[in-house]
Amino acid sequence: MKQRELIVIGGGPAGMAAALSARNSGVKDILLLERDQYLGGILNQCVHTGFGLQYFKEQLTGPEYAVRFSRETVKTKGIEVSLRTFAVKLTPAKEVTYLKPDKLETVRAKAIIMATGCRERTREMVHLSGTRPAGVFSAGLAQKLINIEGFLPGKAVVIVGSGDIGLIMARRFILEGAQVKAIIEARASSRGLVRNMVQCVRDFDIPVHYLHRIARINGRDRVESVDVVKTDETGRAVEGSSFNLACDTVLMSVGLVPENELLEMAGAKLDPVTNAVAAAAPFATSLPGIFACGNAFKVYDVVDSVTRDSDSCGLMAAKYLGKA
Amino acid sequence: MNKLICIECPVGCELSVDVADGKMVSVAGNQCPRGVAYARVEIESPLRYFTGTVAARGLEFAMLPVRTSTPIPRSRIMEAAAAARAMSVAKPVACGEILVKGFLGLTVDLIATRDCPPKTL
Repeated sequence: MKQRELIVIGGGPAGMAAALSARNSGVKDILLLERDQYLGGILNQCVHTGFGLQYFKEQLTGPEYAVRFSRETVKTKGIEVSLRTFAVKLTPAKEVTYLKPDKLETVRAKAIIMATGCRERTREMVHLSGTRPAGVFSAGLAQKLINIEGFLPGKAVVIVGSGDIGLIMARRFILEGAQVKAIIEARASSRGLVRNMVQCVRDFDIPVHYLHRIARINGRDRVESVDVVKTDETGRAVEGSSFNLACDTVLMSVGLVPENELLEMAGAKLDPVTNAVAAAAPFATSLPGIFACGNAFKVYDVVDSVTRDSDSCGLMAAKYLGKA
Repeated sequence: MNKLICIECPVGCELSVDVADGKMVSVAGNQCPRGVAYARVEIESPLRYFTGTVAARGLEFAMLPVRTSTPIPRSRIMEAAAAARAMSVAKPVACGEILVKGFLGLTVDLIATRDCPPKTL
Protein backbone atom coordinates (compact mmCIF):
# COMPACT_ATOMS: atom_id res chain seq x y z
CA MET A 1 0.00 0.00 0.00
CA LYS A 2 1.24 3.47 -0.90
CA GLN A 3 2.03 5.83 1.97
CA ARG A 4 1.50 9.60 2.04
CA GLU A 5 2.24 12.10 4.75
CA LEU A 6 -1.09 13.97 4.46
CA ILE A 7 -4.22 13.39 2.40
CA VAL A 8 -6.73 16.24 2.04
CA ILE A 9 -10.16 15.17 0.79
CA GLY A 10 -11.96 17.98 -1.03
CA GLY A 11 -10.53 20.73 -3.29
CA GLY A 12 -12.87 23.59 -2.39
CA PRO A 13 -11.85 26.63 -0.34
CA ALA A 14 -11.40 24.58 2.85
CA GLY A 15 -9.27 21.83 1.30
CA MET A 16 -7.06 24.25 -0.65
CA ALA A 17 -6.46 26.50 2.39
CA ALA A 18 -5.70 23.50 4.61
CA ALA A 19 -3.30 21.94 2.08
CA LEU A 20 -1.47 25.24 1.50
CA SER A 21 -1.19 25.93 5.22
CA ALA A 22 0.08 22.41 5.98
CA ARG A 23 2.63 22.79 3.17
CA ASN A 24 3.77 26.17 4.50
CA SER A 25 4.14 24.60 7.94
CA GLY A 26 6.60 22.00 6.66
CA VAL A 27 4.50 19.07 5.43
CA LYS A 28 6.20 17.99 2.21
CA ASP A 29 4.06 15.18 0.82
CA ILE A 30 0.39 16.13 0.40
CA LEU A 31 -2.21 14.47 -1.79
CA LEU A 32 -5.32 16.58 -2.47
CA LEU A 33 -8.34 14.68 -3.80
CA GLU A 34 -11.11 16.49 -5.71
CA ARG A 35 -14.07 14.75 -7.29
CA ASP A 36 -14.80 17.49 -9.86
CA GLN A 37 -12.67 18.29 -12.91
CA TYR A 38 -11.61 21.60 -11.36
CA LEU A 39 -10.49 22.94 -8.02
CA GLY A 40 -12.70 25.51 -6.30
CA GLY A 41 -15.71 23.51 -5.18
CA ILE A 42 -18.98 25.37 -4.87
CA LEU A 43 -17.26 28.76 -5.38
CA ASN A 44 -17.18 28.13 -9.12
CA GLN A 45 -20.95 28.38 -9.36
CA CYS A 46 -21.26 31.33 -6.95
CA VAL A 47 -20.84 34.02 -9.60
CA HIS A 48 -22.14 36.80 -7.31
CA THR A 49 -19.95 39.14 -5.27
CA GLY A 50 -19.53 39.16 -1.51
CA PHE A 51 -16.45 36.97 -1.22
CA GLY A 52 -13.08 38.12 0.09
CA LEU A 53 -14.15 41.24 2.01
CA GLN A 54 -12.56 40.02 5.23
CA TYR A 55 -9.69 37.88 3.94
CA PHE A 56 -8.53 39.97 0.97
CA LYS A 57 -10.28 43.30 1.85
CA GLU A 58 -11.67 43.16 -1.67
CA GLN A 59 -15.06 42.52 -3.21
CA LEU A 60 -14.72 39.31 -5.24
CA THR A 61 -17.00 36.77 -6.89
CA GLY A 62 -16.77 33.07 -6.03
CA PRO A 63 -14.67 32.05 -9.07
CA GLU A 64 -12.27 34.97 -8.46
CA TYR A 65 -11.86 33.94 -4.82
CA ALA A 66 -11.28 30.33 -5.85
CA VAL A 67 -8.65 31.08 -8.48
CA ARG A 68 -6.43 32.89 -5.96
CA PHE A 69 -6.07 29.58 -4.15
CA SER A 70 -6.22 27.14 -7.05
CA ARG A 71 -3.34 28.81 -8.94
CA GLU A 72 -1.25 28.69 -5.76
CA THR A 73 -2.24 25.09 -5.02
CA VAL A 74 -1.35 23.66 -8.43
CA LYS A 75 2.03 25.37 -8.57
CA THR A 76 3.08 24.40 -5.03
CA LYS A 77 5.68 21.62 -5.01
CA GLY A 78 4.73 19.06 -2.41
CA ILE A 79 1.00 19.25 -3.11
CA GLU A 80 -0.20 16.70 -5.65
CA VAL A 81 -3.69 17.50 -6.91
CA SER A 82 -5.76 14.56 -8.12
CA LEU A 83 -8.91 15.67 -9.99
CA ARG A 84 -11.91 13.52 -10.93
CA THR A 85 -11.07 11.51 -7.85
CA PHE A 86 -13.83 10.34 -5.55
CA ALA A 87 -13.02 9.02 -2.07
CA VAL A 88 -15.21 6.02 -1.32
CA LYS A 89 -13.78 4.63 1.92
CA LEU A 90 -12.04 5.87 5.04
CA THR A 91 -10.78 3.74 7.92
CA PRO A 92 -9.65 4.79 11.43
CA ALA A 93 -6.20 3.44 10.45
CA LYS A 94 -6.12 6.44 8.06
CA GLU A 95 -6.48 4.47 4.86
CA VAL A 96 -8.34 6.22 2.06
CA THR A 97 -9.76 4.35 -0.92
CA TYR A 98 -10.61 6.44 -3.96
CA LEU A 99 -11.85 6.03 -7.49
CA LYS A 100 -10.28 7.97 -10.34
CA PRO A 101 -10.46 7.40 -14.08
CA ASP A 102 -9.28 3.83 -14.71
CA LYS A 103 -8.17 3.30 -11.11
CA LEU A 104 -9.26 2.22 -7.65
CA GLU A 105 -6.50 2.88 -5.13
CA THR A 106 -6.01 2.63 -1.40
CA VAL A 107 -3.41 4.84 0.25
CA ARG A 108 -2.39 5.06 3.89
CA ALA A 109 -1.66 8.52 5.30
CA LYS A 110 -0.06 9.69 8.51
CA ALA A 111 -2.75 12.37 8.76
CA ILE A 112 -5.98 13.16 6.93
CA ILE A 113 -7.96 16.38 6.56
CA MET A 114 -11.61 16.04 5.61
CA ALA A 115 -12.80 19.08 3.62
CA THR A 116 -15.83 17.51 1.98
CA GLY A 117 -18.30 20.39 2.38
CA CYS A 118 -22.06 20.15 2.60
CA ARG A 119 -25.12 18.87 0.84
CA GLU A 120 -28.37 20.79 0.58
CA ARG A 121 -31.39 19.67 2.55
CA THR A 122 -34.03 18.27 0.25
CA ARG A 123 -37.80 18.34 -0.12
CA GLU A 124 -37.92 14.93 1.59
CA MET A 125 -36.05 16.23 4.64
CA VAL A 126 -38.61 18.96 5.30
CA HIS A 127 -41.63 16.76 4.53
CA LEU A 128 -43.18 18.84 1.75
CA SER A 129 -46.41 17.16 0.75
CA GLY A 130 -48.24 17.06 -2.57
CA THR A 131 -47.55 15.44 -5.89
CA ARG A 132 -44.08 14.61 -7.18
CA PRO A 133 -43.78 16.47 -10.48
CA ALA A 134 -40.65 17.71 -12.23
CA GLY A 135 -39.65 21.26 -11.30
CA VAL A 136 -38.63 20.87 -7.65
CA PHE A 137 -34.94 21.75 -7.27
CA SER A 138 -32.57 22.56 -4.48
CA ALA A 139 -31.40 26.16 -4.82
CA GLY A 140 -27.78 25.13 -5.35
CA LEU A 141 -28.73 22.72 -8.12
CA ALA A 142 -30.63 25.50 -9.90
CA GLN A 143 -27.54 27.67 -9.43
CA LYS A 144 -25.39 25.02 -11.10
CA LEU A 145 -27.86 24.59 -13.97
CA ILE A 146 -27.95 28.34 -14.69
CA ASN A 147 -24.37 29.42 -13.97
CA ILE A 148 -22.42 26.37 -15.12
CA GLU A 149 -24.66 24.58 -17.62
CA GLY A 150 -26.43 27.66 -19.01
CA PHE A 151 -29.87 26.14 -18.60
CA LEU A 152 -32.77 28.05 -17.01
CA PRO A 153 -34.82 25.44 -15.16
CA GLY A 154 -38.08 27.44 -14.90
CA LYS A 155 -39.95 30.65 -15.65
CA ALA A 156 -42.11 31.18 -12.55
CA VAL A 157 -40.47 30.31 -9.28
CA VAL A 158 -41.53 29.92 -5.65
CA ILE A 159 -38.68 29.66 -3.18
CA VAL A 160 -39.07 27.64 0.01
CA GLY A 161 -36.90 28.96 2.83
CA SER A 162 -34.80 32.09 2.96
CA GLY A 163 -31.31 30.64 3.15
CA ASP A 164 -28.60 32.61 1.35
CA ILE A 165 -28.51 30.40 -1.73
CA GLY A 166 -32.27 30.82 -2.11
CA LEU A 167 -32.00 34.62 -1.90
CA ILE A 168 -29.10 34.72 -4.35
CA MET A 169 -31.08 32.52 -6.73
CA ALA A 170 -34.17 34.73 -6.45
CA ARG A 171 -32.14 37.54 -8.00
CA ARG A 172 -30.44 35.22 -10.46
CA PHE A 173 -33.77 33.95 -11.85
CA ILE A 174 -35.02 37.54 -12.24
CA LEU A 175 -31.83 38.59 -14.06
CA GLU A 176 -32.34 35.64 -16.41
CA GLY A 177 -35.83 36.87 -17.24
CA ALA A 178 -37.88 34.57 -14.99
CA GLN A 179 -40.44 35.62 -12.39
CA VAL A 180 -40.04 34.98 -8.66
CA LYS A 181 -43.54 34.71 -7.21
CA ALA A 182 -42.62 34.58 -3.53
CA ILE A 183 -40.25 33.40 -0.85
CA ILE A 184 -41.98 31.25 1.78
CA GLU A 185 -40.22 31.21 5.17
CA ALA A 186 -41.44 29.12 8.11
CA ARG A 187 -39.69 31.32 10.66
CA ALA A 188 -40.50 34.90 11.67
CA SER A 189 -37.39 36.36 10.03
CA SER A 190 -34.90 35.65 7.25
CA ARG A 191 -32.24 32.99 7.65
CA GLY A 192 -29.98 34.69 5.13
CA LEU A 193 -27.39 37.46 5.39
CA VAL A 194 -28.75 40.99 5.54
CA ARG A 195 -26.89 42.03 2.40
CA ASN A 196 -28.68 39.30 0.47
CA MET A 197 -32.10 40.39 1.78
CA VAL A 198 -31.26 43.93 0.62
CA GLN A 199 -29.77 43.38 -2.82
CA CYS A 200 -31.49 40.16 -3.87
CA VAL A 201 -34.98 40.54 -2.41
CA ARG A 202 -35.82 44.18 -1.60
CA ASP A 203 -34.16 45.54 -4.75
CA PHE A 204 -36.54 43.43 -6.84
CA ASP A 205 -39.66 43.78 -4.63
CA ILE A 206 -39.96 40.02 -4.13
CA PRO A 207 -42.73 39.19 -1.63
CA VAL A 208 -41.52 37.29 1.45
CA HIS A 209 -44.16 35.42 3.46
CA TYR A 210 -42.80 34.83 6.96
CA LEU A 211 -44.51 32.30 9.26
CA HIS A 212 -45.91 30.57 6.19
CA ARG A 213 -45.30 27.17 4.71
CA ILE A 214 -46.19 25.20 1.60
CA ALA A 215 -49.20 22.99 2.31
CA ARG A 216 -48.84 21.13 -0.96
CA ILE A 217 -47.18 21.09 -4.33
CA ASN A 218 -49.62 20.64 -7.23
CA GLY A 219 -49.03 19.38 -10.75
CA ARG A 220 -48.85 16.03 -12.49
CA ASP A 221 -45.83 16.06 -14.80
CA ARG A 222 -44.54 19.54 -14.00
CA VAL A 223 -45.15 21.80 -11.01
CA GLU A 224 -48.30 23.86 -11.69
CA SER A 225 -48.84 25.64 -8.40
CA VAL A 226 -48.29 25.53 -4.65
CA ASP A 227 -50.77 25.98 -1.80
CA VAL A 228 -49.40 28.25 0.91
CA VAL A 229 -50.71 28.54 4.49
CA LYS A 230 -49.99 30.82 7.41
CA THR A 231 -48.82 29.03 10.55
CA ASP A 232 -49.44 29.77 14.22
CA GLU A 233 -46.86 29.73 17.04
CA THR A 234 -47.02 25.93 17.24
CA GLY A 235 -46.38 25.60 13.50
CA ARG A 236 -49.95 24.51 12.71
CA ALA A 237 -51.78 25.87 9.68
CA VAL A 238 -54.17 28.75 10.41
CA GLU A 239 -57.60 27.79 9.14
CA GLY A 240 -58.80 29.76 6.13
CA SER A 241 -55.34 31.24 5.47
CA SER A 242 -54.56 29.09 2.43
CA PHE A 243 -53.77 30.71 -0.91
CA ASN A 244 -52.55 29.34 -4.23
CA LEU A 245 -49.53 30.53 -6.21
CA ALA A 246 -49.19 29.48 -9.85
CA CYS A 247 -45.58 28.49 -10.64
CA ASP A 248 -43.62 25.94 -12.65
CA THR A 249 -40.65 25.67 -10.30
CA VAL A 250 -40.12 25.23 -6.56
CA LEU A 251 -36.66 25.93 -5.14
CA MET A 252 -35.69 24.48 -1.79
CA SER A 253 -33.40 26.67 0.31
CA VAL A 254 -33.81 25.08 3.70
CA GLY A 255 -30.32 24.56 4.99
CA LEU A 256 -27.19 22.50 4.56
CA VAL A 257 -25.98 19.22 6.00
CA PRO A 258 -22.25 18.48 6.35
CA GLU A 259 -21.28 15.66 4.01
CA ASN A 260 -19.62 13.38 6.54
CA GLU A 261 -20.41 9.86 5.34
CA LEU A 262 -16.72 8.97 5.13
CA LEU A 263 -16.10 10.07 8.72
CA GLU A 264 -19.18 8.14 9.79
CA MET A 265 -17.85 5.07 7.98
CA ALA A 266 -14.57 5.39 9.87
CA GLY A 267 -16.45 5.59 13.17
CA ALA A 268 -15.89 9.27 13.98
CA LYS A 269 -18.40 10.95 16.28
CA LEU A 270 -20.91 13.20 14.52
CA ASP A 271 -23.61 15.46 15.94
CA PRO A 272 -26.84 13.49 15.46
CA VAL A 273 -28.86 16.64 14.73
CA THR A 274 -26.59 18.65 12.42
CA ASN A 275 -24.30 15.86 11.09
CA ALA A 276 -21.36 18.21 11.87
CA VAL A 277 -18.22 16.80 13.46
CA ALA A 278 -18.55 16.27 17.21
CA ALA A 279 -15.07 16.92 18.54
CA ALA A 280 -13.37 18.06 21.72
CA ALA A 281 -11.38 20.73 19.88
CA PRO A 282 -11.94 22.76 16.72
CA PHE A 283 -10.99 20.93 13.51
CA ALA A 284 -10.18 17.66 15.31
CA THR A 285 -12.36 14.59 15.02
CA SER A 286 -12.75 11.79 17.57
CA LEU A 287 -10.19 9.82 15.49
CA PRO A 288 -6.51 10.70 16.15
CA GLY A 289 -4.79 12.17 13.10
CA ILE A 290 -8.03 12.76 11.20
CA PHE A 291 -9.04 16.42 11.04
CA ALA A 292 -11.97 18.27 9.46
CA CYS A 293 -12.48 21.83 8.24
CA GLY A 294 -14.84 23.99 6.23
CA ASN A 295 -18.49 23.10 5.90
CA ALA A 296 -17.74 19.47 6.75
CA PHE A 297 -16.73 20.63 10.22
CA LYS A 298 -19.65 23.05 10.67
CA VAL A 299 -21.82 25.11 8.34
CA TYR A 300 -20.35 28.56 7.64
CA ASP A 301 -22.02 31.71 6.28
CA VAL A 302 -18.94 33.35 4.78
CA VAL A 303 -16.07 31.71 2.87
CA ASP A 304 -13.51 34.10 4.36
CA SER A 305 -14.05 32.41 7.74
CA VAL A 306 -13.65 29.01 6.08
CA THR A 307 -10.24 30.05 4.74
CA ARG A 308 -9.12 31.44 8.10
CA ASP A 309 -10.20 28.32 10.01
CA SER A 310 -8.93 25.83 7.42
CA ASP A 311 -5.58 27.56 7.67
CA SER A 312 -5.57 26.67 11.39
CA CYS A 313 -6.64 23.13 10.55
CA GLY A 314 -3.67 22.72 8.18
CA LEU A 315 -1.35 23.96 10.91
CA MET A 316 -2.88 21.51 13.40
CA ALA A 317 -2.28 18.62 11.01
CA ALA A 318 1.32 19.79 10.51
CA LYS A 319 1.88 19.86 14.27
CA TYR A 320 0.39 16.39 14.57
CA LEU A 321 2.94 15.28 11.97
CA GLY A 322 5.73 16.76 14.08
CA LYS A 323 6.24 19.87 11.94
CA ALA A 324 5.67 23.54 12.70
CA MET B 1 -35.26 59.54 9.09
CA ASN B 2 -34.43 56.65 6.74
CA LYS B 3 -33.50 53.21 8.06
CA LEU B 4 -30.87 51.36 6.06
CA ILE B 5 -28.87 48.22 6.58
CA CYS B 6 -25.26 48.62 5.51
CA ILE B 7 -24.23 45.81 3.13
CA GLU B 8 -20.55 46.71 2.81
CA CYS B 9 -19.63 43.66 4.86
CA PRO B 10 -21.44 40.77 6.57
CA VAL B 11 -21.87 42.69 9.88
CA GLY B 12 -24.90 44.55 8.50
CA CYS B 13 -24.98 47.70 10.68
CA GLU B 14 -28.42 49.31 11.03
CA LEU B 15 -28.04 52.89 9.89
CA SER B 16 -30.35 55.80 10.67
CA VAL B 17 -29.95 58.43 7.99
CA ASP B 18 -31.23 62.01 8.05
CA VAL B 19 -32.25 63.05 4.56
CA ALA B 20 -33.21 66.45 3.15
CA ASP B 21 -34.10 67.08 -0.51
CA GLY B 22 -32.81 63.63 -1.50
CA LYS B 23 -29.41 64.36 0.08
CA MET B 24 -27.91 62.77 3.18
CA VAL B 25 -27.51 65.14 6.12
CA SER B 26 -26.18 62.77 8.80
CA VAL B 27 -25.90 59.08 9.63
CA ALA B 28 -25.81 57.10 12.89
CA GLY B 29 -25.40 53.43 13.75
CA ASN B 30 -22.36 52.65 11.58
CA GLN B 31 -19.39 50.83 13.14
CA CYS B 32 -16.88 52.00 10.52
CA PRO B 33 -16.39 54.81 7.97
CA ARG B 34 -17.59 52.60 5.11
CA GLY B 35 -21.08 52.98 6.58
CA VAL B 36 -21.06 56.74 5.95
CA ALA B 37 -20.08 56.35 2.31
CA TYR B 38 -22.54 53.52 1.87
CA ALA B 39 -25.45 55.53 3.31
CA ARG B 40 -24.72 58.54 1.10
CA VAL B 41 -24.60 56.50 -2.09
CA GLU B 42 -27.56 54.31 -1.11
CA ILE B 43 -29.74 57.38 -0.45
CA GLU B 44 -28.52 59.62 -3.26
CA SER B 45 -27.84 57.13 -6.10
CA PRO B 46 -27.79 53.42 -5.16
CA LEU B 47 -25.09 51.30 -6.83
CA ARG B 48 -24.83 47.53 -7.29
CA TYR B 49 -22.35 45.18 -8.88
CA PHE B 50 -23.86 43.36 -11.82
CA THR B 51 -22.83 39.70 -11.83
CA GLY B 52 -23.98 36.99 -14.20
CA THR B 53 -22.83 34.72 -16.99
CA VAL B 54 -22.37 34.92 -20.74
CA ALA B 55 -22.50 31.97 -23.11
CA ALA B 56 -19.13 30.49 -24.09
CA ARG B 57 -18.89 28.76 -27.46
CA GLY B 58 -16.42 25.96 -28.16
CA LEU B 59 -14.57 26.55 -24.88
CA GLU B 60 -13.97 24.49 -21.73
CA PHE B 61 -17.13 25.79 -20.01
CA ALA B 62 -20.62 26.38 -21.37
CA MET B 63 -20.91 29.60 -19.40
CA LEU B 64 -18.35 32.26 -18.50
CA PRO B 65 -19.05 34.11 -15.23
CA VAL B 66 -18.79 37.91 -15.51
CA ARG B 67 -19.18 41.07 -13.43
CA THR B 68 -18.91 44.79 -13.80
CA SER B 69 -15.49 46.15 -12.80
CA THR B 70 -17.17 48.53 -10.32
CA PRO B 71 -20.78 48.93 -9.14
CA ILE B 72 -23.28 50.48 -11.55
CA PRO B 73 -26.52 52.37 -10.89
CA ARG B 74 -29.11 49.98 -9.50
CA SER B 75 -31.58 51.24 -12.09
CA ARG B 76 -29.38 49.78 -14.88
CA ILE B 77 -29.11 46.22 -13.49
CA MET B 78 -31.89 44.68 -15.63
CA GLU B 79 -30.42 46.29 -18.72
CA ALA B 80 -27.00 44.85 -17.81
CA ALA B 81 -28.55 41.39 -17.43
CA ALA B 82 -30.24 41.62 -20.84
CA ALA B 83 -26.95 42.71 -22.45
CA ALA B 84 -25.08 39.77 -20.87
CA ARG B 85 -27.77 37.33 -22.05
CA ALA B 86 -27.37 38.59 -25.60
CA MET B 87 -23.56 38.13 -25.55
CA SER B 88 -21.27 35.20 -26.17
CA VAL B 89 -17.52 34.61 -26.17
CA ALA B 90 -15.71 32.25 -28.56
CA LYS B 91 -12.06 32.92 -27.66
CA PRO B 92 -10.34 31.72 -24.49
CA VAL B 93 -10.26 34.38 -21.76
CA ALA B 94 -8.44 34.82 -18.46
CA CYS B 95 -9.99 35.82 -15.16
CA GLY B 96 -10.00 39.63 -14.97
CA GLU B 97 -9.91 40.15 -18.75
CA ILE B 98 -12.11 42.96 -20.10
CA LEU B 99 -14.93 41.67 -22.32
CA VAL B 100 -16.72 44.99 -22.92
CA LYS B 101 -15.08 48.35 -22.35
CA GLY B 102 -17.55 51.08 -21.39
CA PHE B 103 -20.32 48.57 -20.67
CA LEU B 104 -23.80 50.11 -21.27
CA GLY B 105 -22.07 53.40 -22.09
CA LEU B 106 -20.91 53.71 -18.46
CA THR B 107 -17.32 54.23 -17.34
CA VAL B 108 -17.36 50.60 -16.24
CA ASP B 109 -16.07 47.43 -17.91
CA LEU B 110 -17.62 43.99 -18.07
CA ILE B 111 -14.92 41.54 -16.98
CA ALA B 112 -14.50 37.76 -16.93
CA THR B 113 -14.32 36.28 -13.42
CA ARG B 114 -12.93 32.87 -14.33
CA ASP B 115 -10.24 31.50 -16.63
CA CYS B 116 -12.01 29.93 -19.59
CA PRO B 117 -9.44 27.89 -21.56
CA PRO B 118 -9.93 26.08 -24.88
CA LYS B 119 -11.89 22.86 -24.70
CA THR B 120 -9.78 19.99 -23.30
CA LEU B 121 -12.04 16.94 -23.35
